[in-house]
Amino acid sequence: MYWNKEVECCSLDALRALQSYRLAQTVKRVYENVPLYRQRMDELGVKPEDIRSVDDLKKLPFTYKQDLRDTYPYGMFAVPMKEIVRLHASSGTTGKQIVVGYTRNDLDVWSDCCARALTAAGATKHDLMHVSYGYGLFTGGLGLHGGAEKLGMTVIPVSTGNTARQINILRDFGSTFICCTPSYALFLAETMKEMGIDKSEIKLKAGLFGAEPWTEEMRREIEDKLGLKALDIYGLTEIIGPGVAFECEEQNGMHINEDHFIVETIDPDTGEVLPEGSQGETVFSCITKEGFPLLRYRTRDIAVLSREKCSCGRTFIKMKKPAGRSDDMLIIRGVNVFPSQVESVLLQLGNTAPYYLLVVDRVNNTDTLEIKVEITPEMFSDTVKSLEDQSRAIKQAVESTLGISAKITLVEPKSLPRTEGKAVHVQDNRKLHD
Amino acid sequence: MLIKQLSIFLENKPGRLTAVTRSLSEAGIDIRALSIADTKDFGIVRLIVSNPDKAKEALAEANCMIRVNHVIAIAVEDRPGGLANVLEMLVENKIGVEYMYSYVSRTADTAYVILRADDNKRAEALLSDQGVKLLSPEDVYEEA
Repeated sequence: MYWNKEVECCSLDALRALQSYRLAQTVKRVYENVPLYRQRMDELGVKPEDIRSVDDLKKLPFTYKQDLRDTYPYGMFAVPMKEIVRLHASSGTTGKQIVVGYTRNDLDVWSDCCARALTAAGATKHDLMHVSYGYGLFTGGLGLHGGAEKLGMTVIPVSTGNTARQINILRDFGSTFICCTPSYALFLAETMKEMGIDKSEIKLKAGLFGAEPWTEEMRREIEDKLGLKALDIYGLTEIIGPGVAFECEEQNGMHINEDHFIVETIDPDTGEVLPEGSQGETVFSCITKEGFPLLRYRTRDIAVLSREKCSCGRTFIKMKKPAGRSDDMLIIRGVNVFPSQVESVLLQLGNTAPYYLLVVDRVNNTDTLEIKVEITPEMFSDTVKSLEDQSRAIKQAVESTLGISAKITLVEPKSLPRTEGKAVHVQDNRKLHD
Repeated sequence: MLIKQLSIFLENKPGRLTAVTRSLSEAGIDIRALSIADTKDFGIVRLIVSNPDKAKEALAEANCMIRVNHVIAIAVEDRPGGLANVLEMLVENKIGVEYMYSYVSRTADTAYVILRADDNKRAEALLSDQGVKLLSPEDVYEEA
C-alpha cells in the first residue's frame, strides 16, 4: 500500500529532475530571504543561478546546529511571520532552544510524509491511532497526529504519561496503531503485565517507534510483548520532525522522502561527499519547505544509505538505523540532551561549579537521568535545609532547560572523574549496542 | 561565648566517615562532640574538636568540604527539666533552634548541649542574662 504511489515508486531519473527543479527554487528563495545563506553563498562566490541540479548541491555551504543557535529565534525563517502558522522547538546544544516555523503548506508536506509512513505500516482510514508521543513544542505528537488525521484514521491524542490509563484506553477504545518512543512501548508492555492484561486483550497491529536509538533486540521484544509489528520512523525538528524517513514492511532500513529532502553522506571530519553506501554523517537539504528551509544541514547522525531495490516497490533511498552520533549528544526518553546544557545551567546558577556527570540508565525500559554535581564552598553550610534547597534549585533549572526530569545528587569536591584536566561528563549505562 | 564548630559534607558511600575521623586522629585532634545529619543522598557531620584550626587544616588536606561556624555550648543541670527550662527561654523570645546535640560531660551533675539557633547572637545574650552557664572556648579547646 502506498500513500502516493506515483512519487514513492518513481524512477531515479524522474526523481532527480524533480529534486533539481525544487532545489534551484529553494536556493533562490533562501538567498533572497535568509541573510545567513546570502552571506555564506556570497563568501563562496556562489550565485543562486549556479545551482541548477542535484549535482550542484556540493557547491553550497553546510548549515550547522550552531548557525541555528546564532540566529535564534527567527533568523533562519525564509518567510514573514504572517505566513507562519505553527512553531515547534527542540533543545539545542546549549540552554538555548532551536525554534522552527511552519507555513500552512509546510504542515501539509509534513502530514503527507507521516501519512506515507503510516500507510507503509499498513494503516488505513479504518484504523484507530493511539498517539502517545508528547504533544507540545516537541514535534512527535502533533507530527504523527497530523499524518494520521490526513490519512483518515481515528486519532486518539493521548500524549505522554499515566501509563495505566493509556493501557485502559488501548484496550477499551480498541486502538489498532500506536506511536511512541521504543522505550515507552516496552514500558507499556511491562505495565500491562503488572495490571494482569494479556496482549490478546488489545488490538494493536503495528506501531511506529522513533525519537531515540533502539536495537533489533528491542524490536523483537516489543513485537513479542505487544503482539504487533514494530517499525522505525526517523526525523529531526530542524528538518521537519518525524516522517523524514520511515520503514516499510521489510523492516530493513528507512525510506527517505526524497521528493522533499535531498540526502547526502559526508565524511564528518573533512566535509567531503562520500559515495552511496559509505558510512558517514547524514546531511539533509529541504527542497519544499517554505518557513524553515535548511540547506545541507549537518545532522551529526552516522548512517549508511542504500538504493538497492526494495521488495515493497518504493524507490526512495533507504537509510540504515543511525549507528551513532558524531558528537556527544544523548537521546534520553526521546529528548536530545547535550552535557553542555547542564554545564551552562550550573554556570548560570552562580554558586555551583561546572563539575558534573550525567549518568544515564534504563530501568524498567525507561531511560533515567541522574546528574551528579560537585558541591562548592559557596554552596555548603552547616544546615541540611540549605543544601536541599540548592539541590532543588539545580533540579528545577536543569529540568526546565533539558525538558526532562533528572535526579540531582550532590557529591564531594574532586570526586568526579577527570582525565587530562578535562572532565568526563557522560556515563551511559544503557548498553544499547551490545 | 560562641564556640567554633566544623561541618563536613559527606557523600553517602562507605568509608567516608572513617576517612574523616582517621585524618583527625592522625593530626592528634580530639573529638569533643559529634552529630550527623543524614538525608537520602548525603550527610553533614558536625564536630566540636580540641583544636578547630588544626582540624580544618587536616581535613582540607584530605579534600573534605568544610565549613566553620559558631554554635552555643550550654551547661544544664543533669536532672529532669534541665534542658526544657533553657529551651523555654528561647521559645518565649521567639528564637528558633536549627539543631542541637549533646556534648560528653566529665562531671556528674552537669550536662552539656551544643545548640545552633537561628539567631545565635540573640540566643547567647539572652541565655547569659538569664544566668545559664555557657561554655567558653577555653573550656572546650585544649590549652595552647
